[in-house]
Amino acid sequence: MTIVEIGLPKRLVELTLDGESVRVPEGATILDACTAVGKSIPTLCYGDTLKPANACRVCMVEVEGSRTLVPSCSRKVEPGMVVRTESERTRHSRKLVLELLGSATDLSTTPHVDEWMSACGADPSRFGPDAETKLQPTTVDNPLYVRDYGKCIMCYKCVDACGDQWQNSFAISVAGRGFDARISTEFATPLPESACVYCGNCIEVCPTGALSFKREHDKRQDGTWDESKQSQTTTICTFCGVGCNLTLHVQDNEIVKVTSPHESTVTHGNLCIKGRFGWQHVQNR
Amino acid sequence: MDLKLLDVEPTEAERVVVDLFTGMGRDQLLPALHAVNDRVGWISQGALNHICRVLHIPPAEAYGVASFYSLFSLTERPAKVVHVCVDLACQVNGAKALCDRLTDELGPAGAKSGWLRSPCLGVCEKAPAALAFEAGEVAKEQLLAPTHAGEVIAVAAAGSSRSDDGRAEMPQAGSPGLRLLKRVGVVDPESLDDYRATGGYTALRTALLLGPSGVIREVTDAKLMGRGGAAFPTGRKWDATARQPVRPHYLVCNADESEPGTFKDRLLMEGDPFAVIESMTIAGFAAGCSKGYLYLRGEYPRALHLLRNAIAKARERNFLGENIMGHEGFSFDIEIRRGAGAYICGEETAIFNSIEGFRGEPRSKPPFPVEQGLFGKPTVVNNVETLVNVPVILTEGCEAYTRIGTSGSTGPKLFCLSGNVSRPGVYEVPFGTTLGALLELAGGVPPGRELRAVLLGGAAGGFVRPDELDLPLTLEDARAAGTTLGSGVVLVLDDTADLGSFLVRIAAFFRDESCGQCVPCRIGTVRQEEAMHRLVGKRPLSTSAQDLQLLREVGQVMRDSSICGLGQTAWNAIESALDRLGYAEEATS
Repeated sequence: MTIVEIGLPKRLVELTLDGESVRVPEGATILDACTAVGKSIPTLCYGDTLKPANACRVCMVEVEGSRTLVPSCSRKVEPGMVVRTESERTRHSRKLVLELLGSATDLSTTPHVDEWMSACGADPSRFGPDAETKLQPTTVDNPLYVRDYGKCIMCYKCVDACGDQWQNSFAISVAGRGFDARISTEFATPLPESACVYCGNCIEVCPTGALSFKREHDKRQDGTWDESKQSQTTTICTFCGVGCNLTLHVQDNEIVKVTSPHESTVTHGNLCIKGRFGWQHVQNR
Repeated sequence: MDLKLLDVEPTEAERVVVDLFTGMGRDQLLPALHAVNDRVGWISQGALNHICRVLHIPPAEAYGVASFYSLFSLTERPAKVVHVCVDLACQVNGAKALCDRLTDELGPAGAKSGWLRSPCLGVCEKAPAALAFEAGEVAKEQLLAPTHAGEVIAVAAAGSSRSDDGRAEMPQAGSPGLRLLKRVGVVDPESLDDYRATGGYTALRTALLLGPSGVIREVTDAKLMGRGGAAFPTGRKWDATARQPVRPHYLVCNADESEPGTFKDRLLMEGDPFAVIESMTIAGFAAGCSKGYLYLRGEYPRALHLLRNAIAKARERNFLGENIMGHEGFSFDIEIRRGAGAYICGEETAIFNSIEGFRGEPRSKPPFPVEQGLFGKPTVVNNVETLVNVPVILTEGCEAYTRIGTSGSTGPKLFCLSGNVSRPGVYEVPFGTTLGALLELAGGVPPGRELRAVLLGGAAGGFVRPDELDLPLTLEDARAAGTTLGSGVVLVLDDTADLGSFLVRIAAFFRDESCGQCVPCRIGTVRQEEAMHRLVGKRPLSTSAQDLQLLREVGQVMRDSSICGLGQTAWNAIESALDRLGYAEEATS
């Protein structure tokens, strides 16, 4: 049984969303309001288990009276707010943000980005062949993780998951500044020498595939990763008494990845090294 | 939290300076990094590790912070490094030729050669400028302005025989009718007695009699607007903070003056440091703050020494501390925080992160500083010039103050004249003075030259044409004319100036100074710089018209969707050059 926290009843706030009147609970974000009425807003740095980082700017919408566009993932609704998600300015911003990202980073493993790009007619190649990029070799310095920072969009989610929002390991941080900003351990020391505890919670929240499990990475490399052939089974981790939910991703009768449901009140999608990686014995036949 | 530290130890010298921070917390990270940099000139792994041990900070985070600031180096470099300004006013005054010679004689800029290219050093009235830092038991610094290649080479090698103390040029020194600058260049900036003999601390006495709400009423009725660039009503900011029931409240004096072409706050801090301290004390009293931070950019060593002296003397005489001037229950003190080379830290929320020991990245607003600012508490952030207007208001009265300037822009205003102008420097004039009259005051362009354009408001500002000199310099007239006064930059370009490379430098500035947090600014400023290089170098992607279109589209998304003012204004000056100066036509023809 899942325990659902109901909380105190909330006052409803009425706002205008693309010309239609919408009522949502007080404290909801514009993104929540859009989701409630079935409007899909692209997001990248938004994480359902994390505080908004406000970094990627793909979810920007127009709010009447605001000089600039506002991030829908973090801006809370206010009574009488007039929001436009498909105005000229909003569409221009979304298109350019996607183009800028696509011109600097490899978005080939970012879910939905192709649909978003074609919906707004984004063409990242128009900045020319000499546009500076973040492309770089993949870092493999341990048996569990692969870090492909050419795909990193600097959403801050891995840093937040590793830091005070979940794991409190603080193994990584944003270093450098501007276009040179990057996710790094201290002095870029290899992960095994850092404070990393291999919980994998950074990979869980990575929206682009810049961080991946070694197993998944290897299978993708040799062309054997096939999500259509994978089943997902949620069970309970047997290592300790906490009772974390594990979702086993199984392909060809073999565990290929372990995640945890974000809505689980025990884990909120987070696991430790044992739950995340301690499954090899299952496959000793 | 258990820290996992690197297995590297500091040198003895590093250990000694870091150990002084024992028992302190995260907010001392920036001062600790400075201490190491002052002692050895760079931040080694052992030193950073020891800072983390002493202040209890995860090494990855400390590394993220240290690598944010351009005055710090995380790789070894010599104890002495000369920072050579290549920014707007210096570029107009020969910085490129200077750097070319340094490259020839010392080698390319970098740790090995001992010289680095620097963004604006805030000494634009004496361009071209360079600033040498030398680490040691007593860290030394030397301002070279105006300088030349021979001098920089001599300083980089050994020492220099330069005899001046880096004092600012002050063309109006001693002129009657000055209010903000009345003591600058006239009164000994180290003497509290001289300060008091020229009316110092009478405004604080008046403030203590009026009470906090009385002071806020005076400042509100004087219609004082912020002088840092955003022109927000100061009284409203103070009132909103004073009303917050949460305690403590903080005051931050924003002296991170880094907008290229801006040097007015440096002049005030060096020429009249006690006035800055008194003004902060009045602001603290009005808004209910017991502690004020003075966030000073790292490139202002002379201001640092003079302000430290002023604070120490004010404390001795009970102008800071407890029960100030005998006023029961009013306690206020000031801590100076040195920035370390990051334009973005002048953004009003980035400054909080920097003081708290985090990366100087702007925060998302709301919540606004008056609600949740420094350490999450209600905070007033004011620019130096804004603050020093307050004693003027309190001594002359708000009615007299509003008679200065225009009804929409009250009071005196400082403008920073630099570039191709005969007598560069900071000028104090009432709001409403025309741009032409101001240029005349500074002697106009050098003889035999013609005015080409004026950059108003700095890199984040905009250009105006020679036929617009009748523009009255007020907030409302600037707005109506589609430009801005910004931080008071008036950078003059004559017909010898190379507008194309000037624009490329503006683009490079924003690229270098973007914090990197949000996509429109982090990548947009790079694409803007690339397109400007193509446009100016006449090497278009396909056509220059297409590059112009790209610039406009990137500019729009930076303006609409960046988190903070840096990205939002990164396109302003270039846009105005294209449209107002007609550079778009020039580039495509």
